[in-house]
Amino acid sequence: MLNASLFDLGAALAARKISSVELTGLFLDRIRRLNQKLNAFITVAEERALADARVADERRSRGAAGPLTGIPVAHKDIFCTKGLRTTCGSRMLAGYESPYDARVIEGFSAAGAVLIGKTNMDEFAMGSSSESSHFGPVRNPWDATRVPGGSSGGSAAAVAARMVPAATGTDTGGSIRQPAALSGVSGLKPTYGVVSRYGMVAFASSLDQGGPLAKSAADLALLLNAMAGYDARDSTSLERPAEDYTRALGVLPGADAAKPLGGLRIGLPKEYFAEGVEPDVLARVREAVRWFESQGASTLEIELPNARHSIPVYYVIAPAEASSNLARFDGVRYGHRAQQFADLADMYRRTRAEGFGAEVKRRILIGTYVLSHGYYDAYYLQAQKLRRLIARDFAEAFKRCDFVMGPTAPGTAFPLGAKTSDPVQMYLSDIFTIAAPLAGLPGLSIPCGFDAAGLPVGLQLVGNYFSEAKLLGAAHRYQQATDWHLRVPRETPL
Amino acid sequence: MSLSLEQVQRVAALARIAIGPEEAREVLAQLNRVLGLIDQLQAADTRGIEPMAHPLDAELGASQRLREDRVTEPDRREAYQAVAPAVRKGLYLVPKVIE
Repeated sequence: MLNASLFDLGAALAARKISSVELTGLFLDRIRRLNQKLNAFITVAEERALADARVADERRSRGAAGPLTGIPVAHKDIFCTKGLRTTCGSRMLAGYESPYDARVIEGFSAAGAVLIGKTNMDEFAMGSSSESSHFGPVRNPWDATRVPGGSSGGSAAAVAARMVPAATGTDTGGSIRQPAALSGVSGLKPTYGVVSRYGMVAFASSLDQGGPLAKSAADLALLLNAMAGYDARDSTSLERPAEDYTRALGVLPGADAAKPLGGLRIGLPKEYFAEGVEPDVLARVREAVRWFESQGASTLEIELPNARHSIPVYYVIAPAEASSNLARFDGVRYGHRAQQFADLADMYRRTRAEGFGAEVKRRILIGTYVLSHGYYDAYYLQAQKLRRLIARDFAEAFKRCDFVMGPTAPGTAFPLGAKTSDPVQMYLSDIFTIAAPLAGLPGLSIPCGFDAAGLPVGLQLVGNYFSEAKLLGAAHRYQQATDWHLRVPRETPL
Repeated sequence: MSLSLEQVQRVAALARIAIGPEEAREVLAQLNRVLGLIDQLQAADTRGIEPMAHPLDAELGASQRLREDRVTEPDRREAYQAVAPAVRKGLYLVPKVIE
């Protein structure tokens, strides 16, 4: 059960081989056993999970169960949950209990899923290693001396260690795909506007997008069905007809048995197969590319000439938006308030000094600086112009290919503490994931093998707007032929 | 360009974050590293390019929705104030501003 797909869990529940209460108990046991070591969860919602499971079993007995009914799901602690605390990995929100549920939480409740807990993360989703959490670092189940990636590192580690069959995350510059790669799980960042941001603590609003993490692409499709959908409460939610994201998991249109991926055109950006990528990562990605070719897909080299600007552009735009979004934490309406202060202005300054960690402060300061008088044009407007050029590079590429493929991250999981003293080194681990959210494009990462040290390598696919079903379909074909996604980390055997 | 300690304190004041003298030196070094990274943008040629504020603008062919200006939210003052650091009689309390 612990390593089963969501489809198999659904089938077992439907056949009454197991109840949701029993299934939830299995995963709660495993969380209890492993969380001390991995610190993947900030909150384990034992009572809530068992209550949800009883409701799910009752719903099933009424014949009203759906594919996710009774299945435990963990949520990144950035999604507001009524009745449970939502910390965003910060001291600022350490005691915060939201008066409402995020749209993503509502979606899983409506599907009858079991809320099993809230996962650890980089503070306010700012980071690539899940080390900046107020609640301590998350550890990688493949090697507990290493990071799981970030910022959705708790979700990635929890799925990798089979503490939960599926989890949610958010991606602003790679925070779903990069931890998925470093932890050996599958993760999808949808097109901007597909998943409502209502009740999702804001970091950089023109980039933030929720998405699922799970063992397989097929599971991601099922999860996205519960997460996606128009929501009037998010002004950037896109009003478009509902999709079934599992629809391309069967045979792809126009394909035949001999060449199941015939007609698929894959672009390989030469900038993503360059020096600076660990040799084992490049080797595993090239092997995966060859597999796609063997199934009838054609590959071509493409250029994303403005991709090299992605990191500097991101580190202007994201901090600028963060400095504005995080201005709301002033010790007045919710969250931490300093005990000692001289006056109102001093209360703000001390509240924010105490409530935010070093990386969050750094980004707020950068954002404040690039937006300040005299620097706005040189930094912020210039970054926005380059953002358009980055998006146009992809638009050009998608005239010639269906997907862009390459490594998700330039290296495998790095040791805890290796990049904490130099923010720029940390930022560079998002070099391949950062362009897709700047353009608003969907991207996914799936496991494609291991390096010499036995650490997982991630393969990234980026598609055109709204190509999630097709991306998931192609990834699913790969996972039917490989078992990288089914491997269980050595530090957390079943 | 790189910042001075005075500039760090000025930006921190704008951002309403208290930073002690020792912390300021460390923050200065790290901010200068990050600014070194983002200064690379200056060299790029962007003449005639419209700034892109948002993926919905142009590239996605959509625009941000506007709605009618009417009340859509019920009064949930109690629920929202239950999580506030200090309230009294339905009001948020802050330190005295006017003597």
